[in-house]
Amino acid sequence: MGDNERLGRRVRGFGRLDITPGKIAAWFALSVFVFISIFPVWWVVRTAFSSTSAIFKQYQSILPVGFTLTNFARVLGFVGTNQAIKEGGAGQTFDFLLSLRNSVIVSVLIVAGQVFFSSMAAYAFARLRFPFREQIFFIFVMGLLIPPIVTLIPNFVLIHNLGLLNTFAGIVAPDLLSSSFAVFFLRQFMLSVPHELEEVALLDGASRVRIYFSIVLPQVRGALVTLGIVVFFYAWNNFLWPYLVGRTPGTRVITAALEVFQSQVPQGGPDWTGLMAGTALAIVPSVVILIVGGRRVVESLQFSGMK
Amino acid sequence: MIVGRRSEALTAYAFIFTSVFGFAVFVAIPAVRNVAISFTDWNLLSPPKAIGFRNYTMLFHDPVFWHGVKITVLYVLYQIPIQTLIAIFLGVMMARFAKSILLRGVVILPYLLPPVVGGLMGLWMLNPLIGIVNAAIVAVGIPRQPFLGSVHQALASVAGINIWQFAGFNALLFFAGIQTIPSSLYEAAGLDGASEWQMFWRVTVPLLRPVTAFVLITSVIGSFQVFATIAATTHGGPVNATRVLTWYMYEQAFQQNSMGYGAAISTALTVLLVAISLVQFMAFRTGKSELN
Repeated sequence: MGDNERLGRRVRGFGRLDITPGKIAAWFALSVFVFISIFPVWWVVRTAFSSTSAIFKQYQSILPVGFTLTNFARVLGFVGTNQAIKEGGAGQTFDFLLSLRNSVIVSVLIVAGQVFFSSMAAYAFARLRFPFREQIFFIFVMGLLIPPIVTLIPNFVLIHNLGLLNTFAGIVAPDLLSSSFAVFFLRQFMLSVPHELEEVALLDGASRVRIYFSIVLPQVRGALVTLGIVVFFYAWNNFLWPYLVGRTPGTRVITAALEVFQSQVPQGGPDWTGLMAGTALAIVPSVVILIVGGRRVVESLQFSGMK
Repeated sequence: MIVGRRSEALTAYAFIFTSVFGFAVFVAIPAVRNVAISFTDWNLLSPPKAIGFRNYTMLFHDPVFWHGVKITVLYVLYQIPIQTLIAIFLGVMMARFAKSILLRGVVILPYLLPPVVGGLMGLWMLNPLIGIVNAAIVAVGIPRQPFLGSVHQALASVAGINIWQFAGFNALLFFAGIQTIPSSLYEAAGLDGASEWQMFWRVTVPLLRPVTAFVLITSVIGSFQVFATIAATTHGGPVNATRVLTWYMYEQAFQQNSMGYGAAISTALTVLLVAISLVQFMAFRTGKSELN
Protein backbone atom coordinates (compact mmCIF):
# COMPACT_ATOMS: atom_id res chain seq x y z
CA MET A 1 0.00 0.00 0.00
CA GLY A 2 1.64 3.19 -1.16
CA ASP A 3 1.92 6.45 0.73
CA ASN A 4 -0.64 8.02 -1.60
CA GLU A 5 -3.38 5.63 -0.67
CA ARG A 6 -2.81 5.82 3.01
CA LEU A 7 -2.85 9.61 2.87
CA GLY A 8 -5.88 9.60 0.63
CA ARG A 9 -7.88 7.56 3.05
CA ARG A 10 -6.85 9.68 5.95
CA VAL A 11 -7.98 12.98 4.51
CA ARG A 12 -11.33 11.87 3.21
CA GLY A 13 -14.04 10.65 5.52
CA PHE A 14 -13.51 8.69 8.67
CA GLY A 15 -10.04 7.56 7.86
CA ARG A 16 -8.37 4.69 9.57
CA LEU A 17 -9.31 3.59 13.01
CA ASP A 18 -6.27 4.93 14.79
CA ILE A 19 -7.21 7.16 17.68
CA THR A 20 -5.19 10.32 17.76
CA PRO A 21 -5.47 13.00 20.44
CA GLY A 22 -6.58 15.36 17.69
CA LYS A 23 -9.47 13.07 16.85
CA ILE A 24 -10.55 12.82 20.44
CA ALA A 25 -10.53 16.60 20.75
CA ALA A 26 -12.52 16.93 17.53
CA TRP A 27 -15.14 14.43 18.62
CA PHE A 28 -15.39 16.18 21.96
CA ALA A 29 -15.92 19.53 20.25
CA LEU A 30 -18.58 18.06 17.97
CA SER A 31 -20.37 16.52 20.92
CA VAL A 32 -20.39 19.86 22.68
CA PHE A 33 -21.99 21.47 19.62
CA VAL A 34 -24.60 18.77 19.38
CA PHE A 35 -25.43 19.23 23.04
CA ILE A 36 -25.64 23.01 22.76
CA SER A 37 -27.86 22.72 19.69
CA ILE A 38 -30.34 20.36 21.26
CA PHE A 39 -30.37 21.27 24.92
CA PRO A 40 -32.42 24.49 24.64
CA VAL A 41 -35.09 22.61 22.71
CA TRP A 42 -35.20 19.96 25.41
CA TRP A 43 -35.30 22.68 28.04
CA VAL A 44 -38.41 24.18 26.50
CA VAL A 45 -40.10 20.79 26.45
CA ARG A 46 -39.03 20.02 29.99
CA THR A 47 -40.41 23.31 31.27
CA ALA A 48 -43.63 22.97 29.31
CA PHE A 49 -44.41 19.69 31.03
CA SER A 50 -43.50 20.96 34.51
CA SER A 51 -45.91 22.38 37.02
CA THR A 52 -45.69 26.07 37.74
CA SER A 53 -45.14 25.71 41.47
CA ALA A 54 -42.34 23.21 41.11
CA ILE A 55 -40.54 25.37 38.56
CA PHE A 56 -39.47 27.93 41.09
CA LYS A 57 -38.16 25.52 43.68
CA GLN A 58 -36.46 22.95 41.51
CA TYR A 59 -35.28 25.03 38.62
CA GLN A 60 -32.16 23.02 38.00
CA SER A 61 -33.87 19.71 37.47
CA ILE A 62 -33.07 18.29 34.07
CA LEU A 63 -36.29 16.36 33.91
CA PRO A 64 -39.77 17.82 34.12
CA VAL A 65 -40.83 18.45 37.71
CA GLY A 66 -44.39 17.88 38.76
CA PHE A 67 -45.15 16.44 35.35
CA THR A 68 -48.35 17.95 34.06
CA LEU A 69 -50.28 18.65 30.89
CA THR A 70 -52.14 21.60 32.32
CA ASN A 71 -49.80 24.18 30.81
CA PHE A 72 -50.76 23.03 27.35
CA ALA A 73 -54.42 22.98 28.24
CA ARG A 74 -54.14 26.49 29.57
CA VAL A 75 -52.51 28.07 26.55
CA LEU A 76 -54.62 26.18 24.07
CA GLY A 77 -57.64 27.81 25.58
CA PHE A 78 -59.23 24.74 27.12
CA VAL A 79 -59.24 26.14 30.61
CA GLY A 80 -61.29 28.92 32.15
CA THR A 81 -59.66 32.06 33.54
CA ASN A 82 -60.03 31.20 37.23
CA GLN A 83 -58.64 27.77 36.81
CA ALA A 84 -55.78 29.24 34.82
CA ILE A 85 -54.88 31.61 37.63
CA LYS A 86 -54.98 28.78 40.15
CA GLU A 87 -52.45 26.90 38.07
CA GLY A 88 -50.19 29.90 38.11
CA GLY A 89 -51.33 31.30 34.85
CA ALA A 90 -51.39 35.00 34.21
CA GLY A 91 -55.10 35.57 34.38
CA GLN A 92 -55.78 36.04 30.73
CA THR A 93 -57.14 33.26 28.61
CA PHE A 94 -55.02 32.53 25.64
CA ASP A 95 -55.82 30.69 22.49
CA PHE A 96 -52.69 29.33 20.92
CA LEU A 97 -54.80 26.76 19.15
CA LEU A 98 -56.27 29.59 17.12
CA SER A 99 -52.84 31.10 16.55
CA LEU A 100 -51.52 27.79 15.33
CA ARG A 101 -54.41 27.55 12.95
CA ASN A 102 -53.63 31.03 11.69
CA SER A 103 -50.00 30.16 11.14
CA VAL A 104 -51.02 27.09 9.18
CA ILE A 105 -53.36 29.12 6.99
CA VAL A 106 -50.78 31.81 6.32
CA SER A 107 -47.95 29.38 5.65
CA VAL A 108 -49.94 27.12 3.36
CA LEU A 109 -51.24 30.07 1.38
CA ILE A 110 -47.78 31.53 0.93
CA VAL A 111 -46.21 28.23 -0.04
CA ALA A 112 -48.97 27.46 -2.53
CA GLY A 113 -48.86 30.92 -4.04
CA GLN A 114 -45.13 31.18 -4.33
CA VAL A 115 -44.69 27.71 -5.79
CA PHE A 116 -47.51 28.18 -8.27
CA PHE A 117 -46.80 31.68 -9.52
CA SER A 118 -43.04 31.59 -9.33
CA SER A 119 -42.76 28.36 -11.25
CA MET A 120 -44.80 29.82 -14.08
CA ALA A 121 -42.59 32.85 -14.21
CA ALA A 122 -39.47 30.72 -13.94
CA TYR A 123 -40.59 28.66 -16.93
CA ALA A 124 -41.21 31.76 -18.98
CA PHE A 125 -37.78 33.15 -18.18
CA ALA A 126 -36.13 29.84 -18.85
CA ARG A 127 -37.84 28.60 -21.97
CA LEU A 128 -40.07 31.16 -23.63
CA ARG A 129 -38.83 33.90 -25.87
CA PHE A 130 -40.28 37.36 -25.51
CA PRO A 131 -39.14 40.93 -25.75
CA PHE A 132 -37.24 42.31 -22.73
CA ARG A 133 -36.93 38.86 -21.17
CA GLU A 134 -33.40 39.34 -19.90
CA GLN A 135 -33.99 42.87 -18.69
CA ILE A 136 -37.06 41.98 -16.69
CA PHE A 137 -35.29 39.01 -15.17
CA PHE A 138 -32.36 41.19 -14.23
CA ILE A 139 -34.64 43.57 -12.37
CA PHE A 140 -36.17 40.62 -10.60
CA VAL A 141 -32.80 39.42 -9.41
CA MET A 142 -31.90 42.90 -8.23
CA GLY A 143 -34.92 42.62 -5.95
CA LEU A 144 -32.94 40.13 -3.91
CA LEU A 145 -30.73 42.96 -2.76
CA ILE A 146 -33.53 45.04 -1.30
CA PRO A 147 -33.58 44.57 2.49
CA PRO A 148 -37.03 43.87 3.99
CA ILE A 149 -36.88 46.86 6.33
CA VAL A 150 -37.06 49.18 3.36
CA THR A 151 -40.40 47.87 2.16
CA LEU A 152 -41.97 47.38 5.57
CA ILE A 153 -43.52 50.81 6.15
CA PRO A 154 -44.72 51.40 2.57
CA ASN A 155 -46.28 47.93 2.38
CA PHE A 156 -47.99 48.49 5.70
CA VAL A 157 -49.35 51.79 4.47
CA LEU A 158 -50.59 50.11 1.30
CA ILE A 159 -52.33 47.29 3.15
CA HIS A 160 -53.81 49.82 5.55
CA ASN A 161 -55.16 51.94 2.71
CA LEU A 162 -56.62 48.88 1.02
CA GLY A 163 -58.47 48.10 4.21
CA LEU A 164 -56.77 44.74 4.47
CA LEU A 165 -55.40 45.08 7.98
CA ASN A 166 -56.34 42.15 10.18
CA THR A 167 -57.13 39.93 7.23
CA PHE A 168 -55.30 36.91 5.93
CA ALA A 169 -55.19 38.55 2.52
CA GLY A 170 -53.26 41.43 4.00
CA ILE A 171 -50.80 39.15 5.74
CA VAL A 172 -49.99 36.97 2.76
CA ALA A 173 -50.18 39.58 0.00
CA PRO A 174 -46.53 40.65 -0.22
CA ASP A 175 -45.17 37.12 -0.18
CA LEU A 176 -47.89 35.33 -2.09
CA LEU A 177 -47.55 36.67 -5.58
CA SER A 178 -43.87 36.98 -6.10
CA SER A 179 -40.50 36.04 -4.82
CA SER A 180 -37.26 36.90 -6.53
CA PHE A 181 -35.58 34.02 -4.81
CA ALA A 182 -38.17 31.45 -5.91
CA VAL A 183 -38.12 32.59 -9.53
CA PHE A 184 -34.34 32.61 -9.65
CA PHE A 185 -34.11 29.22 -7.97
CA LEU A 186 -36.69 27.47 -10.14
CA ARG A 187 -35.42 28.98 -13.35
CA GLN A 188 -32.08 27.24 -12.75
CA PHE A 189 -33.87 23.91 -12.66
CA MET A 190 -36.11 24.61 -15.59
CA LEU A 191 -33.07 25.43 -17.70
CA SER A 192 -31.85 21.90 -17.31
CA VAL A 193 -35.02 20.20 -18.46
CA PRO A 194 -34.08 18.54 -21.77
CA HIS A 195 -35.26 20.49 -24.80
CA GLU A 196 -36.27 17.36 -26.67
CA LEU A 197 -39.13 16.62 -24.34
CA GLU A 198 -40.77 19.91 -25.16
CA GLU A 199 -39.90 19.85 -28.83
CA VAL A 200 -41.59 16.52 -29.35
CA ALA A 201 -44.74 17.81 -27.71
CA LEU A 202 -44.61 21.02 -29.73
CA LEU A 203 -44.40 19.07 -32.96
CA ASP A 204 -47.44 17.14 -31.88
CA GLY A 205 -49.26 20.45 -31.66
CA ALA A 206 -49.43 20.83 -27.91
CA SER A 207 -49.74 24.35 -26.58
CA ARG A 208 -47.06 25.84 -24.39
CA VAL A 209 -49.43 25.85 -21.47
CA ARG A 210 -50.13 22.18 -21.86
CA ILE A 211 -46.41 21.42 -22.14
CA TYR A 212 -45.75 23.38 -19.03
CA PHE A 213 -48.26 21.57 -16.86
CA SER A 214 -47.88 18.04 -18.15
CA ILE A 215 -44.22 17.83 -19.06
CA VAL A 216 -42.06 20.47 -17.46
CA LEU A 217 -43.59 20.64 -13.99
CA PRO A 218 -43.30 16.91 -13.31
CA GLN A 219 -39.66 17.12 -14.36
CA VAL A 220 -38.86 19.73 -11.73
CA ARG A 221 -40.97 18.18 -9.01
CA GLY A 222 -37.95 17.80 -6.73
CA ALA A 223 -37.09 21.46 -6.98
CA LEU A 224 -40.70 22.40 -6.26
CA VAL A 225 -40.67 20.35 -3.07
CA THR A 226 -37.37 21.88 -2.03
CA LEU A 227 -38.72 25.35 -2.64
CA GLY A 228 -41.88 24.48 -0.73
CA ILE A 229 -39.86 23.44 2.30
CA VAL A 230 -37.71 26.55 2.29
CA VAL A 231 -40.71 28.84 1.83
CA PHE A 232 -42.68 27.06 4.54
CA PHE A 233 -39.97 27.72 7.08
CA TYR A 234 -39.79 31.32 6.02
CA ALA A 235 -43.53 31.80 6.33
CA TRP A 236 -43.98 29.91 9.60
CA ASN A 237 -41.04 31.59 11.32
CA ASN A 238 -41.80 35.09 10.09
CA PHE A 239 -42.57 37.61 12.79
CA LEU A 240 -42.62 41.33 12.10
CA TRP A 241 -44.94 41.54 9.12
CA PRO A 242 -47.68 39.20 10.40
CA TYR A 243 -47.36 40.84 13.80
CA LEU A 244 -48.05 44.28 12.35
CA VAL A 245 -50.87 43.24 10.05
CA GLY A 246 -52.63 40.53 12.03
CA ARG A 247 -53.53 41.95 15.41
CA THR A 248 -56.79 40.26 16.18
CA PRO A 249 -56.86 36.80 17.74
CA GLY A 250 -58.49 35.56 14.58
CA THR A 251 -55.53 36.56 12.45
CA ARG A 252 -52.62 36.53 14.85
CA VAL A 253 -49.99 33.96 13.97
CA ILE A 254 -48.18 31.86 16.53
CA THR A 255 -44.95 33.89 16.53
CA ALA A 256 -46.90 37.08 17.18
CA ALA A 257 -49.04 35.36 19.80
CA LEU A 258 -45.94 34.26 21.67
CA GLU A 259 -44.61 37.79 21.77
CA VAL A 260 -47.90 39.19 23.01
CA PHE A 261 -48.08 36.50 25.68
CA GLN A 262 -44.56 37.28 26.83
CA SER A 263 -45.05 41.01 27.04
CA GLN A 264 -48.24 40.88 29.06
CA VAL A 265 -46.45 40.40 32.33
CA PRO A 266 -48.83 40.18 35.27
CA GLN A 267 -47.95 40.93 38.88
CA GLY A 268 -46.32 37.69 39.77
CA GLY A 269 -43.99 37.50 36.82
CA PRO A 270 -44.37 35.84 33.45
CA ASP A 271 -46.23 32.57 33.18
CA TRP A 272 -43.09 30.64 32.29
CA THR A 273 -44.61 27.22 32.01
CA GLY A 274 -47.41 28.51 29.83
CA LEU A 275 -44.94 30.43 27.69
CA MET A 276 -42.80 27.37 27.23
CA ALA A 277 -45.84 25.27 26.39
CA GLY A 278 -46.72 27.77 23.67
CA THR A 279 -43.13 27.81 22.48
CA ALA A 280 -43.07 24.03 22.33
CA LEU A 281 -46.15 24.07 20.14
CA ALA A 282 -44.52 26.60 17.80
CA ILE A 283 -41.49 24.37 17.47
CA VAL A 284 -43.42 21.24 16.52
CA PRO A 285 -43.70 21.84 12.75
CA SER A 286 -40.00 22.61 12.37
CA VAL A 287 -38.95 19.50 14.24
CA VAL A 288 -41.49 17.28 12.49
CA ILE A 289 -40.45 18.47 9.05
CA LEU A 290 -36.81 17.98 9.92
CA ILE A 291 -37.38 14.42 11.12
CA VAL A 292 -39.70 13.43 8.31
CA GLY A 293 -37.83 15.25 5.58
CA GLY A 294 -34.39 14.46 6.91
CA ARG A 295 -31.77 14.55 4.23
CA ARG A 296 -33.93 16.50 1.81
CA VAL A 297 -34.47 19.31 4.32
CA VAL A 298 -30.81 19.66 5.15
CA GLU A 299 -29.82 19.71 1.53
CA SER A 300 -32.62 22.09 0.54
CA LEU A 301 -31.38 24.62 3.03
CA GLN A 302 -27.77 24.18 2.06
CA PHE A 303 -28.77 24.72 -1.51
CA SER A 304 -30.91 27.74 -0.76
CA GLY A 305 -27.97 29.27 1.03
CA MET A 306 -25.72 28.83 -1.93
CA LYS A 307 -28.00 30.76 -4.22
CA MET B 1 -45.56 23.39 -37.54
CA ILE B 2 -44.19 26.70 -36.41
CA VAL B 3 -45.31 28.05 -33.11
CA GLY B 4 -46.05 31.68 -33.66
CA ARG B 5 -43.56 33.98 -31.97
CA ARG B 6 -46.39 36.30 -31.11
CA SER B 7 -48.41 33.68 -29.28
CA GLU B 8 -45.32 32.52 -27.43
CA ALA B 9 -44.69 36.04 -26.22
CA LEU B 10 -48.30 36.37 -25.11
CA THR B 11 -48.15 33.12 -23.21
CA ALA B 12 -44.93 34.28 -21.63
CA TYR B 13 -46.41 37.55 -20.47
CA ALA B 14 -49.35 35.72 -19.01
CA PHE B 15 -47.00 33.42 -17.14
CA ILE B 16 -44.93 36.19 -15.64
CA PHE B 17 -47.77 38.54 -15.01
CA THR B 18 -48.57 37.78 -11.39
CA SER B 19 -44.93 37.61 -10.38
CA VAL B 20 -44.05 40.86 -12.06
CA PHE B 21 -47.17 42.49 -10.68
CA GLY B 22 -46.38 41.30 -7.18
CA PHE B 23 -42.79 42.38 -7.52
CA ALA B 24 -43.72 45.85 -8.70
CA VAL B 25 -46.40 46.40 -6.08
CA PHE B 26 -44.66 44.93 -3.04
CA VAL B 27 -40.97 45.28 -3.71
CA ALA B 28 -39.94 47.80 -6.34
CA ILE B 29 -42.47 50.55 -5.76
CA PRO B 30 -42.30 50.37 -1.94
CA ALA B 31 -38.52 50.61 -2.07
CA VAL B 32 -38.86 53.97 -3.75
CA ARG B 33 -41.91 54.99 -1.78
CA ASN B 34 -40.06 54.54 1.48
CA VAL B 35 -37.83 57.44 0.61
CA ALA B 36 -40.85 59.50 -0.42
CA ILE B 37 -42.55 58.78 2.89
CA SER B 38 -39.42 59.86 4.73
CA PHE B 39 -40.01 63.36 3.40
CA THR B 40 -43.40 63.57 5.05
CA ASP B 41 -45.00 63.86 8.43
CA TRP B 42 -47.66 61.18 8.48
CA ASN B 43 -49.60 59.44 11.20
CA LEU B 44 -51.96 57.50 8.94
CA LEU B 45 -55.05 59.11 10.42
CA SER B 46 -54.70 62.31 8.42
CA PRO B 47 -53.10 62.83 5.00
CA PRO B 48 -49.32 63.06 4.85
CA LYS B 49 -47.73 66.49 5.07
CA ALA B 50 -44.67 67.17 2.96
CA ILE B 51 -41.90 68.55 5.13
CA GLY B 52 -38.84 68.23 2.98
CA PHE B 53 -35.67 67.22 4.79
CA ARG B 54 -36.94 68.00 8.26
CA ASN B 55 -37.02 64.34 9.30
CA TYR B 56 -33.41 63.99 8.34
CA THR B 57 -32.26 67.07 10.18
CA MET B 58 -34.16 65.82 13.23
CA LEU B 59 -32.45 62.47 12.79
CA PHE B 60 -29.08 64.14 12.61
CA HIS B 61 -29.66 65.78 15.96
CA ASP B 62 -31.33 62.78 17.54
CA PRO B 63 -29.13 61.19 20.21
CA VAL B 64 -31.28 58.06 20.33
CA PHE B 65 -30.67 57.60 16.61
CA TRP B 66 -26.91 57.87 16.92
CA HIS B 67 -26.97 55.63 19.94
CA GLY B 68 -28.96 53.20 17.79
CA VAL B 69 -26.29 53.32 15.09
CA LYS B 70 -23.63 52.57 17.65
CA ILE B 71 -25.64 49.76 19.24
CA THR B 72 -26.47 48.21 15.86
CA VAL B 73 -22.85 48.20 14.72
CA LEU B 74 -21.74 46.90 18.08
CA TYR B 75 -24.32 44.15 17.87
CA VAL B 76 -23.06 43.05 14.47
CA LEU B 77 -19.50 43.05 15.82
CA TYR B 78 -20.59 40.92 18.76
CA GLN B 79 -22.41 38.39 16.65
CA ILE B 80 -20.69 37.92 13.30
CA PRO B 81 -17.01 37.26 14.06
CA ILE B 82 -17.69 34.67 16.75
CA GLN B 83 -20.51 33.11 14.74
CA THR B 84 -18.36 32.82 11.62
CA LEU B 85 -15.39 31.37 13.48
CA ILE B 86 -17.58 28.76 15.12
CA ALA B 87 -19.16 28.00 11.75
CA ILE B 88 -15.82 27.50 10.01
CA PHE B 89 -14.56 25.36 12.85
CA LEU B 90 -17.71 23.25 12.90
CA GLY B 91 -17.76 22.97 9.10
CA VAL B 92 -14.19 21.75 8.98
CA MET B 93 -14.84 19.29 11.82
CA MET B 94 -17.81 17.88 9.97
CA ALA B 95 -16.02 17.68 6.64
CA ARG B 96 -13.02 15.95 8.19
CA PHE B 97 -14.53 13.68 10.79
CA ALA B 98 -18.25 13.18 10.61
CA LYS B 99 -20.25 13.84 7.49
CA SER B 100 -23.35 12.09 8.73
CA ILE B 101 -26.68 13.55 7.77
CA LEU B 102 -27.88 13.03 11.31
CA LEU B 103 -25.23 15.36 12.64
CA ARG B 104 -26.03 17.93 10.00
CA GLY B 105 -29.71 17.70 10.84
CA VAL B 106 -29.02 18.35 14.52
CA VAL B 107 -26.69 21.23 13.78
CA ILE B 108 -29.24 22.96 11.56
CA LEU B 109 -32.12 22.58 14.01
CA PRO B 110 -31.67 25.97 15.73
CA TYR B 111 -31.81 27.68 12.34
CA LEU B 112 -35.17 26.09 11.58
CA LEU B 113 -36.81 27.55 14.65
CA PRO B 114 -38.56 30.90 14.58
CA PRO B 115 -36.28 33.68 15.84
CA VAL B 116 -39.02 34.58 18.32
CA VAL B 117 -38.65 31.10 19.77
CA GLY B 118 -34.89 31.51 19.99
CA GLY B 119 -35.44 34.71 21.91
CA LEU B 120 -37.90 33.12 24.32
CA MET B 121 -35.57 30.21 24.92
CA GLY B 122 -32.86 32.68 25.76
CA LEU B 123 -35.20 34.71 27.95
CA TRP B 124 -36.03 31.65 30.02
CA MET B 125 -32.61 30.03 30.15
CA LEU B 126 -30.80 33.27 30.95
CA ASN B 127 -33.23 34.30 33.66
CA PRO B 128 -31.23 35.80 36.55
CA LEU B 129 -33.02 33.87 39.28
CA ILE B 130 -34.34 30.60 37.94
CA GLY B 131 -32.59 30.24 34.61
CA ILE B 132 -30.64 27.09 33.97
CA VAL B 133 -27.56 28.91 32.66
CA ASN B 134 -27.10 30.73 35.93
CA ALA B 135 -27.71 27.48 37.80
CA ALA B 136 -24.93 25.87 35.81
CA ILE B 137 -22.34 28.61 36.19
CA VAL B 138 -23.06 29.04 39.88
CA ALA B 139 -22.40 25.34 40.30
CA VAL B 140 -18.84 25.89 39.04
CA GLY B 141 -18.25 28.92 41.20
CA ILE B 142 -18.96 31.78 38.79
CA PRO B 143 -21.22 34.45 40.29
CA ARG B 144 -24.78 34.78 39.04
CA GLN B 145 -25.17 37.07 36.00
CA PRO B 146 -28.12 39.30 35.06
CA PHE B 147 -27.65 38.73 31.29
CA LEU B 148 -30.70 40.18 29.56
CA GLY B 149 -31.57 42.23 32.59
CA SER B 150 -28.35 44.19 32.64
CA VAL B 151 -27.51 47.30 30.67
CA HIS B 152 -24.00 45.95 30.10
CA GLN B 153 -24.78 42.37 29.19
CA ALA B 154 -28.09 42.57 27.32
CA LEU B 155 -26.72 43.25 23.85
CA ALA B 156 -24.10 40.53 24.11
CA SER B 157 -26.76 38.15 25.38
CA VAL B 158 -28.97 38.85 22.39
CA ALA B 159 -25.95 38.32 20.15
CA GLY B 160 -25.29 35.03 21.92
CA ILE B 161 -28.82 33.84 21.25
CA ASN B 162 -28.45 34.61 17.58
CA ILE B 163 -25.06 32.95 17.37
CA TRP B 164 -26.74 29.85 18.71
CA GLN B 165 -29.41 30.18 16.10
CA PHE B 166 -27.29 30.77 13.01
CA ALA B 167 -23.87 29.19 13.53
CA GLY B 168 -25.05 25.72 12.55
CA PHE B 169 -26.55 26.84 9.26
CA ASN B 170 -23.41 28.72 8.30
CA ALA B 171 -21.38 25.70 9.30
CA LEU B 172 -23.29 23.69 6.72
CA LEU B 173 -22.46 26.28 4.07
CA PHE B 174 -18.78 25.95 4.90
CA PHE B 175 -19.16 22.19 4.97
CA ALA B 176 -20.63 22.22 1.47
CA GLY B 177 -17.84 24.52 0.33
CA ILE B 178 -15.16 22.22 1.65
CA GLN B 179 -16.73 19.34 -0.23
CA THR B 180 -15.92 21.13 -3.46
CA ILE B 181 -12.20 21.25 -2.75
CA PRO B 182 -10.52 18.42 -4.66
CA SER B 183 -8.94 15.96 -2.28
CA SER B 184 -5.93 15.76 -4.57
CA LEU B 185 -4.86 19.11 -3.16
CA TYR B 186 -4.84 17.71 0.35
CA GLU B 187 -2.97 14.65 -0.84
CA ALA B 188 -0.32 16.77 -2.47
CA ALA B 189 0.05 18.86 0.66
CA GLY B 190 0.26 15.73 2.74
CA LEU B 191 3.03 14.43 0.52
CA ASP B 192 4.92 17.64 1.12
CA GLY B 193 4.76 16.84 4.80
CA ALA B 194 2.16 19.42 5.76
CA SER B 195 0.41 19.00 9.11
CA GLU B 196 -3.36 19.24 9.57
CA TRP B 197 -3.00 22.80 10.75
CA GLN B 198 -0.93 23.81 7.76
CA MET B 199 -3.31 22.11 5.39
CA PHE B 200 -6.10 24.12 6.91
CA TRP B 201 -4.35 27.44 6.39
CA ARG B 202 -2.74 26.78 3.03
CA VAL B 203 -5.45 24.79 1.28
CA THR B 204 -8.81 25.10 2.99
CA VAL B 205 -8.90 28.78 3.93
CA PRO B 206 -7.84 30.25 0.56
CA LEU B 207 -10.16 27.98 -1.40
CA LEU B 208 -13.04 28.78 0.89
CA ARG B 209 -12.77 32.45 0.04
CA PRO B 210 -15.95 32.68 -2.06
CA VAL B 211 -17.97 30.81 0.56
CA THR B 212 -16.51 32.97 3.32
CA ALA B 213 -17.36 36.08 1.35
CA PHE B 214 -20.90 34.90 0.82
CA VAL B 215 -21.37 33.89 4.45
CA LEU B 216 -19.95 37.13 5.79
CA ILE B 217 -21.92 39.39 3.48
CA THR B 218 -25.24 37.63 4.00
CA SER B 219 -24.89 37.18 7.73
CA VAL B 220 -23.90 40.83 8.21
CA ILE B 221 -26.95 41.92 6.22
CA GLY B 222 -29.13 39.68 8.35
CA SER B 223 -27.52 40.82 11.56
CA PHE B 224 -28.20 44.47 10.81
CA GLN B 225 -31.89 43.67 10.61
CA VAL B 226 -32.23 41.83 13.91
CA PHE B 227 -35.68 42.36 15.32
CA ALA B 228 -37.66 39.33 16.43
CA THR B 229 -35.15 38.31 19.08
CA ILE B 230 -35.38 41.73 20.67
CA ALA B 231 -39.16 41.68 20.43
CA ALA B 232 -39.17 38.41 22.36
CA THR B 233 -36.75 39.55 25.04
CA THR B 234 -35.69 43.09 25.83
CA HIS B 235 -37.84 45.43 23.72
CA GLY B 236 -34.93 47.79 23.26
CA GLY B 237 -34.02 47.87 26.95
CA PRO B 238 -32.86 47.80 29.62
CA VAL B 239 -32.82 51.57 29.17
CA ASN B 240 -31.41 51.81 25.61
CA ALA B 241 -29.05 48.86 25.73
CA THR B 242 -30.64 46.97 22.85
CA ARG B 243 -32.37 49.77 21.00
CA VAL B 244 -31.03 48.84 17.58
CA LEU B 245 -32.14 50.82 14.55
CA THR B 246 -34.82 48.35 13.45
CA TRP B 247 -36.39 48.54 16.88
CA TYR B 248 -36.21 52.32 16.96
CA MET B 249 -37.82 52.45 13.53
CA TYR B 250 -40.59 50.16 14.74
CA GLU B 251 -41.23 52.26 17.81
CA GLN B 252 -41.36 55.49 15.86
CA ALA B 253 -43.53 54.22 13.03
CA PHE B 254 -45.89 51.92 14.85
CA GLN B 255 -46.00 53.08 18.43
CA GLN B 256 -45.49 56.81 17.97
CA ASN B 257 -47.33 56.74 14.64
CA SER B 258 -44.65 58.76 12.90
CA MET B 259 -44.51 56.97 9.58
CA GLY B 260 -42.29 59.63 8.08
CA TYR B 261 -39.70 59.54 10.81
CA GLY B 262 -39.70 55.77 10.79
CA ALA B 263 -39.13 55.78 7.05
CA ALA B 264 -36.22 58.14 7.53
CA ILE B 265 -34.68 55.77 10.06
CA SER B 266 -35.07 52.78 7.78
CA THR B 267 -33.59 54.74 4.89
CA ALA B 268 -30.60 55.65 7.03
CA LEU B 269 -30.21 52.05 8.10
CA THR B 270 -30.35 50.90 4.48
CA VAL B 271 -27.68 53.39 3.48
CA LEU B 272 -25.48 52.12 6.28
CA LEU B 273 -26.14 48.54 5.22
CA VAL B 274 -25.39 49.17 1.55
CA ALA B 275 -22.18 50.99 2.42
CA ILE B 276 -20.94 48.15 4.60
CA SER B 277 -21.92 45.50 2.05
CA LEU B 278 -20.04 47.39 -0.65
CA VAL B 279 -16.95 47.62 1.52
CA GLN B 280 -17.14 43.90 2.19
CA PHE B 281 -17.68 43.17 -1.48
CA MET B 282 -14.67 45.26 -2.45
CA ALA B 283 -12.52 43.63 0.17
CA PHE B 284 -13.25 40.20 -1.22
CA ARG B 285 -13.01 41.25 -4.84
CA THR B 286 -9.37 42.24 -4.49
CA GLY B 287 -8.33 38.61 -4.14
CA LYS B 288 -7.64 36.48 -7.19
CA SER B 289 -9.28 33.14 -7.69
CA GLU B 290 -7.17 30.82 -5.61
CA LEU B 291 -7.86 27.72 -7.58
CA ASN B 292 -5.32 28.65 -10.29
